[in-house]
Amino acid sequence: MTMIPYVVAYVALGIFAVAVVGRFFMWQKMPLHVRWELYPVAHDPRADHGGSYLEDVDWWKKPRESSLVGEMKVMIPEILYLVALKEHNPKLWVRSFPFHFGIYLVIGASAMMMFVGLLGGLLPASITSVLGYLIQACAYVGLPLGALGALGLLQRRLADPELRDFSAPSDFFNLLFVAVAFGVAFASLLVPGGFANTLLFVSGLMTFSFAPMAGAGLGVLLPAVAVILMGALVAYIPMTHMSHFVGKFFAYHAIRWADEPNLRGGEHEAAIGEVLQRPVSWSAHHIGADGKKSWAELATEEVKQ
Amino acid sequence: MSQFKSIKDLSRGDGAVTHVEAASQPPLPPPFDNPENIPAFDGLTDKAKEGNVVVDDTVALNIPVPSSKEEEEELVNKFISGLRKLVNPDDNWTFYQPLMMTLEHCARCQTCSDSCHIFEESGDNPLYRPTYRAEILRRIYYKYVKGGSTWVHGDIDLNWKTVTRLIELAYRCNLCRRCAQTCPVGADNGLMAREIRKIASQEMSIFPVELHENGSVLQQTVGSSTGMNSLVVKDNCEFIEEDTADKTGLPEELCKIPWDKEGADILLLHNAGEIMAWPDNVGAFAVLFNMAGLNWTMSSDAVAYDSINYGVFYDDMQFARTALIHAKAAAKLGVKKIVLGECGHAHKALTIIADRVLTGELNIPRESCMPLLRDIVLSGKIKFDPMRNDFPVTLHDPCNYVRLMGIVEPQREIIKAITPPGRFREMTPHGVENYCCGGGSGFAIMSGHNFGDWRHHVSGRKKFRQVLDAFKDEPMEPEAFKYICAPCSNCKGQLRDIIDYYDGFEKCGLYYDGLVELIVNAIEGVNPGFIEFEWH
Repeated sequence: MTMIPYVVAYVALGIFAVAVVGRFFMWQKMPLHVRWELYPVAHDPRADHGGSYLEDVDWWKKPRESSLVGEMKVMIPEILYLVALKEHNPKLWVRSFPFHFGIYLVIGASAMMMFVGLLGGLLPASITSVLGYLIQACAYVGLPLGALGALGLLQRRLADPELRDFSAPSDFFNLLFVAVAFGVAFASLLVPGGFANTLLFVSGLMTFSFAPMAGAGLGVLLPAVAVILMGALVAYIPMTHMSHFVGKFFAYHAIRWADEPNLRGGEHEAAIGEVLQRPVSWSAHHIGADGKKSWAELATEEVKQ
Repeated sequence: MSQFKSIKDLSRGDGAVTHVEAASQPPLPPPFDNPENIPAFDGLTDKAKEGNVVVDDTVALNIPVPSSKEEEEELVNKFISGLRKLVNPDDNWTFYQPLMMTLEHCARCQTCSDSCHIFEESGDNPLYRPTYRAEILRRIYYKYVKGGSTWVHGDIDLNWKTVTRLIELAYRCNLCRRCAQTCPVGADNGLMAREIRKIASQEMSIFPVELHENGSVLQQTVGSSTGMNSLVVKDNCEFIEEDTADKTGLPEELCKIPWDKEGADILLLHNAGEIMAWPDNVGAFAVLFNMAGLNWTMSSDAVAYDSINYGVFYDDMQFARTALIHAKAAAKLGVKKIVLGECGHAHKALTIIADRVLTGELNIPRESCMPLLRDIVLSGKIKFDPMRNDFPVTLHDPCNYVRLMGIVEPQREIIKAITPPGRFREMTPHGVENYCCGGGSGFAIMSGHNFGDWRHHVSGRKKFRQVLDAFKDEPMEPEAFKYICAPCSNCKGQLRDIIDYYDGFEKCGLYYDGLVELIVNAIEGVNPGFIEFEWH
């Protein structure tokens, strides 16, 4: 029985890592698409008014300026504070922000626990102590915040007839799953010995020592159940559209802000040459496709009425 | 208030799924807050209702109601066949990644709904939510193409009504992508409407006649969607030269339009609709380019004298074909760059989207006329008297080159330089957050059945509201002229129609035109009155 939470945690982290990396490469390997940007583009120095390099005559003769700071100024508040949602859907934001920020705090607490678990013996006591306080703060705030946010989102999705109509059963389940997992994890920290056992477990996880949790009763049971639930959640998230944290990176960097021009002789021309050779099989008469002719061939053919 | 409509309702029942009640629409500002000052919106005729697939109060496509079980099945099978190609990276490399991003990651949170002018001005009618058509397409994809679980992705019944109404509903979106701008996860439900249009066109041969037969096909076969061949265009432009010289009093050489000049610095591409409907725009460009001493030309090659590219609204192949012809004409003349006139979708088509189609010798630099006009106006080569434009002016931001290309400031710098202080006022909101005119994505040229009335009554109503709000401090009298600067052919067409529909000139003195007309109107030394308010 001692090993079950460890096995679940290793498997869950493995599934998460493989699935997230897989998703990342899935998005990255997609073929070049046409430009489809949307302004303001954060890295453009004219982003304050939504402008672009296309506001200049002979823009291709001028050096292109791209501001990483500009991107960070948009990305960091967007990730941490959900700025777009706050601006455009404040009723949802009051539920979604605690949900997301709670998750961030829990991730932070988990990362710090892993760090301490791995290097705790090598760190000065003062640093271990500070990290201990930080772990407690993040965990004790993040878990209830995330659970309440999930319940708030679930309530809204159930109460609003149009949101409910657009939801699949899994949408309700996902939110409930997060709320339950976070709720149990929070409860496990509140029972005597629960927090210490959680630290002990993470330390064992990182050092492969697999020490059994100390004590008995809820102080052991709840942390073990919490680990299993949280592990299942970690493995489940990349299988759902909750993995939008991977897609969102590409939604911004590969589509919405992808304003890189295709200059003659530049790096894009080869990629364009490749996609133009792809076969076309659309059936409408005016397309003229036969499944073998390429985009380039069909686009330069005489027009069929 | 709107009545709740389930996304499953698209597959059920006969006839229209929804109806926009005038009483549920938000009232317009004075003097149109009085219902007597608003024309009644006539519904579809019984003939249109019986013969065609109907989803709401109008019809864009004339999809015939199938008359047999076989026809019903054929519609469904073709749609699914098209959807399979849409999610194939060979057939749809053009939009594969943006499409998959929205299919996979839309959270259906409805945040985008409030950004949509059609949803808002319909009185929050649920069928016009940006997510409505997107969610139906998503569910069809997961259930019938990918074989996913309905527990995970939601359920939908698939029949000929679902398919045909969904296609018709794809033509209730202006593709302005304001919804995408507000999406917290980066989904693009505007794109989804365009992708549905692509299935219809590229697989099922279903398209609005105005965009396909009388649009891209006519352009590619005759030379222009206006029906003008090369000789007619040149003949009309000769008339424009003479008329411009008469109106401005400028020497003929300053009004001359050069044709097929090899090695010119600039190939100017106009929307040929300007030549037909707004010849002053073409004449004004000639005056400004000639007075600035630019080395420019137009092309008399078929297609190349008309910058329109309706493919951007419904069909990737038609888009690519027109873009390639435009680039070939420029390469043939050996020009240094292509400059797009006042046409928003032509801007986006040739500058942005074609940027991933044109390579090698066809990859000729392309730019908007806006920065060039700004440089001309601010260069000091031409003297302006802003007092000639001593009337209130507001500016409409065409989505295609403002929100979708980031060309925001040049047109504002121009207007501020050629109008007296205090005369220019912005719409709210403006710039990249501005609203579509309601004629975007081809609507401005679509008027079958009562579609024209629908776009004035619903899709164009937000723009009309913005215009009235921009001029709210002015006397709303016909003698108090107010200038709506709309530097885009399709937007101009839509504004013309809205003003006409609501009797905006006669009631409030609302007048629309382009940017170059306003510039030429302010040139010192030319005959006053290039803008002729009386010829509204």
